[in-house]
Amino acid sequence: MIRFALAGNPNSGKTTLFNSLTGSTAHVGNWPGVTVDKREGTYKKGEEKVDIVDLPGIYSLSPYTPEEVISRNYILDEKPDCVINIVDATNLERNLYLTTQLLEMDVPIVVALNMMDMVEKNGDKINEKELEKELGIPVVKISALKEENLDVLMKRAIEFSKTKREGKSVLEGTNLKHLINDVKIAFIGKEVDNPLFHAIKIIENDEIETKNHPDLVKIVDDFKKSFKDDTFGDDFEAFVADARYKYITEHYSKSLVRKQNKGESKRLTLSDRIDRVLTNKWAGIPIFIVILILLFHLIFSEDFLLLNTFGVNVGGLNAEGEPLTLFAGTSFEGLFVNGGAISSPGFMITTAFQGFLDWINGLIGTGLEAAHAAGWAQSFICDGVIGGLFAIFGFLPQILLLFLAFSFLEDTGYMARVAFILDRIFRRLGISGRAFMPMIMGFGCSVPAIINTRTLTEEKERISTIRVIPFFSCGAKLPILTAVAGGLAIILNFPYPDLITVSMYLLGMVVAIICLVLMRNTTMRGDVAPFIMELPAYHMPQFKSLMIHLWDKTKHFVKKAFTIILFSTIIIWLLQHLTWDWRFVGDWEESAGEAGDTLIGQTILSSIGKFVQPIFTPLGFGSQLGSMGWVFAVAAVTGLVAKENCITTISVLALSLGATGIDVNGDGIDAMQFLIQSSGMDVAAGISFIAFNMLTIPCFAAVATAKGELKKGTLKWTLLFWIATSYIVSSLIYTVGTWWWTTFIWIAVIALAIVAIYLINKYRDMKVLKV
Amino acid sequence: MLKNLSKFKIGESGIIKNVLGEGKLRRRLFDMGVTTGAKVTLIKKAPLGDPIEVNIRGYELTLRKSEACLVEMEVEE
Repeated sequence: MIRFALAGNPNSGKTTLFNSLTGSTAHVGNWPGVTVDKREGTYKKGEEKVDIVDLPGIYSLSPYTPEEVISRNYILDEKPDCVINIVDATNLERNLYLTTQLLEMDVPIVVALNMMDMVEKNGDKINEKELEKELGIPVVKISALKEENLDVLMKRAIEFSKTKREGKSVLEGTNLKHLINDVKIAFIGKEVDNPLFHAIKIIENDEIETKNHPDLVKIVDDFKKSFKDDTFGDDFEAFVADARYKYITEHYSKSLVRKQNKGESKRLTLSDRIDRVLTNKWAGIPIFIVILILLFHLIFSEDFLLLNTFGVNVGGLNAEGEPLTLFAGTSFEGLFVNGGAISSPGFMITTAFQGFLDWINGLIGTGLEAAHAAGWAQSFICDGVIGGLFAIFGFLPQILLLFLAFSFLEDTGYMARVAFILDRIFRRLGISGRAFMPMIMGFGCSVPAIINTRTLTEEKERISTIRVIPFFSCGAKLPILTAVAGGLAIILNFPYPDLITVSMYLLGMVVAIICLVLMRNTTMRGDVAPFIMELPAYHMPQFKSLMIHLWDKTKHFVKKAFTIILFSTIIIWLLQHLTWDWRFVGDWEESAGEAGDTLIGQTILSSIGKFVQPIFTPLGFGSQLGSMGWVFAVAAVTGLVAKENCITTISVLALSLGATGIDVNGDGIDAMQFLIQSSGMDVAAGISFIAFNMLTIPCFAAVATAKGELKKGTLKWTLLFWIATSYIVSSLIYTVGTWWWTTFIWIAVIALAIVAIYLINKYRDMKVLKV
Repeated sequence: MLKNLSKFKIGESGIIKNVLGEGKLRRRLFDMGVTTGAKVTLIKKAPLGDPIEVNIRGYELTLRKSEACLVEMEVEE
């Protein structure tokens, strides 16, 4: 089967073309060693089937970004039968710059002129016959979005792929032609494929080429001695780039016929007008904040449009005279109407989906009971395997909705503007404006947030961002916050537990900022990625593209849920339900009901909890809590399956320790109150416990996602980073909260650390300067 | 009159005379069409004054002031 590669600028409609050509045959993987999507599929509509590989969007074949190196190496090494170069016709000049580089390779190339409809709408014309003559390769007008002329494109590409094409350069008419020829001959002598391409790259002083062929650099250096250009001297890199653009304006731009009589007063396009508002000096940032709030509201709110808050009661009162909640007491509680408020679309979908999962789980449980399965088997299947899986799948609607929202904003072109608006603020922290959106999405769920760090180009910037995303406390961590804050508030007789909750959210953000600055000055040192990028015209995203994107992510997530996440969940379940002598401890929730079931205290997990309890002493919930301290360690571990499990565990363990009247499926405030009162835990320790769970290793789903997005070998450091950060911050909270004078010790230690980092960096910079 | 692109006012335009800098950054500027002789118009500045948005070769490019510093311009009257 023949194989084509798609190459082109970002925002040129390349992915749309790929989707249109390959349809449902497409699948996404990774290019080896980097986290850049690799899309592959098959074109089946022609006489001959064609494999199609979508190369990353690039502006050039320079050696500096992973995307460029991937594309370049793919064409050079994998030798596709034809390269389809998609060119945005509304932006001919810059798009053809890449074409001039592709032309230098010995491979058949076909140019697909996309977005011609936009050009014609402006009243302009492109003479593709003339362009074809100038380029010496087929040029086909298409519309990737409307799927127009794709059959012609593929037909001509298949025909052309049967021919042999030799590289041609637009530089052959410049003063460099003799040098190019000499180096090319040298490459032919070395029997290197694509000699012309390599020759020009080495003349451009290209990093990869000069490293691979140091012997040929001499030819270029010798030539430089006798060469003097008026403008560029012997700076060939500038000379070549300039020559390419000059050639494009002189030869290719001719084929673009602009509408006559347009005059000087350029008409503002719709995109320009939208941009005037969205990036307005005064309104830009407020509009962004409103969009953000709206997005979260649509996905998470239980009170749609805040109608209930403003006194609108939907559906009247129920028999007891309380505001109506539909399906109360069932798995679908509050599906449409919840306490008199309308649920937001996102909340409705989530509730429906979770209710559906509960219902299935219930069916399986009934089935197993009817089949007289052993108690441990029932518990293993329902609570361990299915319960664990469903706890993760329950978040799927929220993950997908957040992901959809992000993709939508990205595809319209707004995300580039968000980066534009916010870059100034975030550059100070050592990251670019692009990193903001993934971080803020962390408030919803870390999984889609971590996936979306792919839009960050610089490796170290991406690692740092992934690490701090869990500090933006997600929805599943909220129950921990409310339970502990609620328990503390009752004991302190403090009327505003919400105040504690909000401060904890703020704490997470502050820790994230401090960690970012710290990492970018120590282990993740590096310059902020350059911000030289295109602001693409706004456009409506293609529905099909969004859905394909969403489907890919769903497949990935489900695969992970069934492998790494399920495996970890089962391990935790076994530790939780087996004693050291392999006795099975039934359903925790039921056993605890029979007050004083001491077996719970003897499970492997509980004894591990007791064993590691002293480690948490500096954090306030270790040895000082005596025989109850281990509860908190165990809760932190079960939280790894899904963070909201923390509170269920605490409720169950409180029951087994002698508390009465606690609802194991409740909000956990009563359980916390019991534990705080009977163990003598103080306020600082309670706060420290929240901070620990918020900042430590996130749930398995988030860890599995991070593993996929991080470079091999960096996950273990990331895990260590999470443990260390949570441990240090929590112990700081506890010690300062308990003994105020320890503040001075902390300040001294922190000051010392800052000075040390400063000195080490200075020393390192000096060493770099010397080299 | 020679002027640095980072010092441009909104609406001001000019011709690129020289592109400074080195390595990756300079190459990136070249690849995006920031080469000698190209016409550049400053369209707008971000709400906090940095980065800036320019029109070059018929499209909208954004860059930080620190990067625009590398571009020397001949201002058009």
